[in-house]
Amino acid sequence: REDFQRIPELAINPLGDRIINAFFPEGEDQVNFRGFMRTLAHFRPIEDNEKSKDVNGPEPLNSRSNKLHFAFRLYDLDKDEKISRDELLQVLRMMVGVNISDEQLGSIADRTIQEADQDGDSAISFTEFVKVLEKVDVEQKMSIRFLH
Amino acid sequence: MEGAELAGKILSTWLTLVLGFILLPSVFGVSLGISEIYMKILVKTLEWATIRIEKGTPKESILKNSASVGIIQRDESPMEKGLSGLRGRDFELSDVFYFSKKGFEAIVEDEVTQRFSSEELVSWNLLTRTNVNFQYISPRLTMVWVLGVIVRYCVLLPLRVTLAFIGISLLVIGTTLVGQLPDSSLKNWLSELVHLTCCRICVRSLSGTIHYHNKQYRPQKGGICVANHTSPIDVLILTTDGCYAMVGQVHGGLMGIIQRAMVKACPHVWFERSEMKDRHLVTKRLKEHIADKKKLPILIFPEGTCINNTSVMMFKKGSFEIGGTIHPVAIKYNPQFGDAFWNSSKYNMVSYLLRMMTSWAIVCDVWYMPPMTREEGEDAVQFANRVKSAIAIQGGLTELPWDGGLKRAKVKDTLKEEQQKNYSKMIVGNGSLS
Repeated sequence: REDFQRIPELAINPLGDRIINAFFPEGEDQVNFRGFMRTLAHFRPIEDNEKSKDVNGPEPLNSRSNKLHFAFRLYDLDKDEKISRDELLQVLRMMVGVNISDEQLGSIADRTIQEADQDGDSAISFTEFVKVLEKVDVEQKMSIRFLH
Repeated sequence: MEGAELAGKILSTWLTLVLGFILLPSVFGVSLGISEIYMKILVKTLEWATIRIEKGTPKESILKNSASVGIIQRDESPMEKGLSGLRGRDFELSDVFYFSKKGFEAIVEDEVTQRFSSEELVSWNLLTRTNVNFQYISPRLTMVWVLGVIVRYCVLLPLRVTLAFIGISLLVIGTTLVGQLPDSSLKNWLSELVHLTCCRICVRSLSGTIHYHNKQYRPQKGGICVANHTSPIDVLILTTDGCYAMVGQVHGGLMGIIQRAMVKACPHVWFERSEMKDRHLVTKRLKEHIADKKKLPILIFPEGTCINNTSVMMFKKGSFEIGGTIHPVAIKYNPQFGDAFWNSSKYNMVSYLLRMMTSWAIVCDVWYMPPMTREEGEDAVQFANRVKSAIAIQGGLTELPWDGGLKRAKVKDTLKEEQQKNYSKMIVGNGSLS
């Protein structure tokens, strides 16, 4: 992980630690090239001709739903497929540092859960997450284009 | 015994040749034009090699862009635009997209860490070390390469090593001798002569071809000269054209010997890097030095560390707090002939010098720029940035706000906190909560 933290632009990113975490599978300390590529593949732009290719096979890593799942995992700290209020608070705290008080942060978190939660369990499941973001242009916001 | 005699004869003829063609002209600062012919031949050979390579490889794999353009299209939008669009709004779950995208872009290719390794060349220059994508093209190309290796290692290297040896020993001996004399104008004149001669010899030992531009702006006595830093050779290059008092870190080994010898003849200021933290001490000594108008201009590299000559990193403000006139100098090496960047974590001084001596040549341009002084109401940081921009524009380098110290140290937490502050201002300032 130290190798990642030496990249200055990543180190100043408020979510830098979460992003670095995404590369390392559970309990391991190192990531090899294959694992690196798998994680990076989430950010490949979605191409139209791919949709018709492989309908029966497993979904490609850069499909809209997989991209959303990746983002979901950035919030879901304990990987239980639900974003609880605490997890949301922790991620929010990472993003704002010490500039917002606990109460304010708490209200932001409560409001977000209120808007998203449909089955009333005070947590956001993956389907609820997808529903909230259905208007967002995920393809454009989560893609990195390589120049040739 | 005949073998030894023969070897002795060869050695002495060799030395006389060297003396006649290289050393004596150096004393007087005259060039015999041998290096120009060498450079012309080299350029023609390299052009031929490039054409062969381009013909040999399939069309798609030729890099159309220059090596300094990135490999990904980066999203340069600032936080406000990237996060929401037109109006400020409250926190939304999709905010995480912006941060993660920026983070991934930084992982794939970031501005800073690539400055600490050598620049990649667009086309191969027949040195194994720059050979990133080797493809076997044709037997003729390989033969030229083999010829090049032979020439570089068996012909040029011994010549250069001899010269370097002579140059450094002369420098050490010369400065020690001059140091014995009492302080007088004769001493200064002699020490200048010694310095200039030895530096010219050393530069020839690297087959250096230096073009000086705007010599009318050469730094004057009592001023401070600042330049971008690529390697310790920068010092040699600048000293060939004028004498400076140097400020820098004390090194061990060969460099240490040279440093100690130079101090005897002419006042330089050498520090420990840890001692540099005591800024007041440094500033005081430097102020005293420039106050004395008869002393030589001080040479400072405000970046603080070697950068790979594609960009100029943050200038440390210490050198700009002293006052006095600043004479900026831009140094740009031509990477086609030899890579001058010293990757101090990878190579130590001696192996670096060997690499230098087995390259084709060191070609660089030195631009002297008009002097600058701090304006009213400008603080040291702004002044430093102004000088930095001027040097970057003149040398054709990109300008980066990052600190060269990031080569060794981690980023300060304050930068991360700044980003966090920006974000919180956005979601709270315009939101419905208060």
